[in-house]
Amino acid sequence: MASVYDIPLKQKQNDETCSVPVVAVEDLCKSFGGRAVLDGINLSVSRGETLAVLGRSGTGKSVLLRILIGLVTLDSGTVCIQGENIVGMALDKLGSIRKKMGFLFQHAALYDSLTVAENIAFPLDHHRPEMSKLERSERVHRLLAEVGMKKDSEKMPSDISGGMQKRVGLARALALEPEILLLDEPTAGLDPISSGEIDELILKLQRERQMASIVVTHDMHSARTIANNLALLDRGKVLIEGKFEDLQHSDIEFVQQFLKQS
Amino acid sequence: MSEPRHKVDAGTGPVIPVRNSDPASLILGSVGRVANEFFEWFGSLGVFSWRVFRAAVTPPYEGRELIRQLDEVGSKSFPLVALAGAAIGVVISMEARYSLTRFGAKSMFPSTLVYSVIQVMGPIMTGLIVCGRVGAGIGAELASMKVTEQIDAIEASAINPYRLLAATRILACILMLPLLTLAGDACGLLAGWFAQTLVEPLSFHQFIESGFKGGTFNAFLPPTFKTAVYGLIIGLIACFQGMRTQGGAEGVGRAATNSVVLGSLFVILADVVLVKFILVAFP
Repeated sequence: MASVYDIPLKQKQNDETCSVPVVAVEDLCKSFGGRAVLDGINLSVSRGETLAVLGRSGTGKSVLLRILIGLVTLDSGTVCIQGENIVGMALDKLGSIRKKMGFLFQHAALYDSLTVAENIAFPLDHHRPEMSKLERSERVHRLLAEVGMKKDSEKMPSDISGGMQKRVGLARALALEPEILLLDEPTAGLDPISSGEIDELILKLQRERQMASIVVTHDMHSARTIANNLALLDRGKVLIEGKFEDLQHSDIEFVQQFLKQS
Repeated sequence: MSEPRHKVDAGTGPVIPVRNSDPASLILGSVGRVANEFFEWFGSLGVFSWRVFRAAVTPPYEGRELIRQLDEVGSKSFPLVALAGAAIGVVISMEARYSLTRFGAKSMFPSTLVYSVIQVMGPIMTGLIVCGRVGAGIGAELASMKVTEQIDAIEASAINPYRLLAATRILACILMLPLLTLAGDACGLLAGWFAQTLVEPLSFHQFIESGFKGGTFNAFLPPTFKTAVYGLIIGLIACFQGMRTQGGAEGVGRAATNSVVLGSLFVILADVVLVKFILVAFP
């Protein structure tokens, strides 16, 4: 998969201007090996809103999230985060945008040489040097309590299950109190009770911190619970975007088939 | 790849594509591919090196991680380098004693051992030992982090992975190689003297005085500090191989192996160039 390590040192800056909302994607196109994975995607998310991105496996949902955080370069289009177009942005400037974003990877991507608590403290150590050790420890333990992992703070990632790793990954994504949250399958591998707890947490963040979230998920129940809007991807395009009721009343066969199987 | 030619089957069967089996075309195609990969590798290494350099010289600096890497590369390689140095010293001692005795030049034994260890064997031995231990370790560690998306997670957290992961390791290798070389040389000389003393008593004071007689700093310092270049090569190649890994567990193994093989190769080539440079610059 192409990454920023592969891009030329100077990429042409896209000079198109951006307007609110918090996350806005226009005509995003991305291909891998000649195959169009994303083909003219248009999406937007405002403060306090959650957008659930649904679709079959391999339709580019995770690629979309990676493009939004700048881990993958797009072929064409614009990606505006809080009014700033991040396409072609220098890495240092992109870093200041990334500090406002939290990202949960599909497989958590925990640092396997650090404990659970150290994983969550990692971004704080680098970006909040003004915090005292006590403040940092308190925040880490509060986040662990929010995701139900308080008892496992000194364990290594290899000692906990995939679902527990996902919860730690979510806590790490929240460490810097981001304004935008990108979640790749947040409830995958979790039992129904834990999934419900994560959904509650996302809703709480939406209410209290007015966080904008984009959630990639296969869990239709979770999507219905947490999302203001749902977008269904198919063959690189957004087939339909709207409330759950809009999807239910759609006469597009693929949409009905997707809802029936979920 | 050339277009397949089609063989028409006498009006009754389907059209059968026939591949161009011209040996010259196949050989040229293979050579072209290899040449392309060769230049692509060096080009990517150049881009990677520039990014690491730029990250290394711009703040914020990763002091804590650097100290951790100095310990990983330096302290933890010391026992192996010391043991290898001692072994080299004993071997040179035994071989030199035999050869010098044959030619009636036994009195030259101390200086032979000193110059052999410090100028020739010590640096290259340390470089290859550290390449094997540290190069493989860095290559495997970063490759594992790459395939499990940990490097992506670092980048998504607005932390420059070139600064945190690559620059610290490369700098640690550059700083530690000369120190490890000194340690290896010291163990080599000590072991070599001890091996000689077992056969024919020779005081350590006499050994040192005789061994370093007539020598200047020019004779001993450049060969030791040239290992900083080895450190740069080992660190750079290992980090480069690790951070561009693809392909899961197989990719991790390949990265570790390539780090050692390519690192060793370039260390040996660098030694050839640096020896000539030292002979010219420090006559």
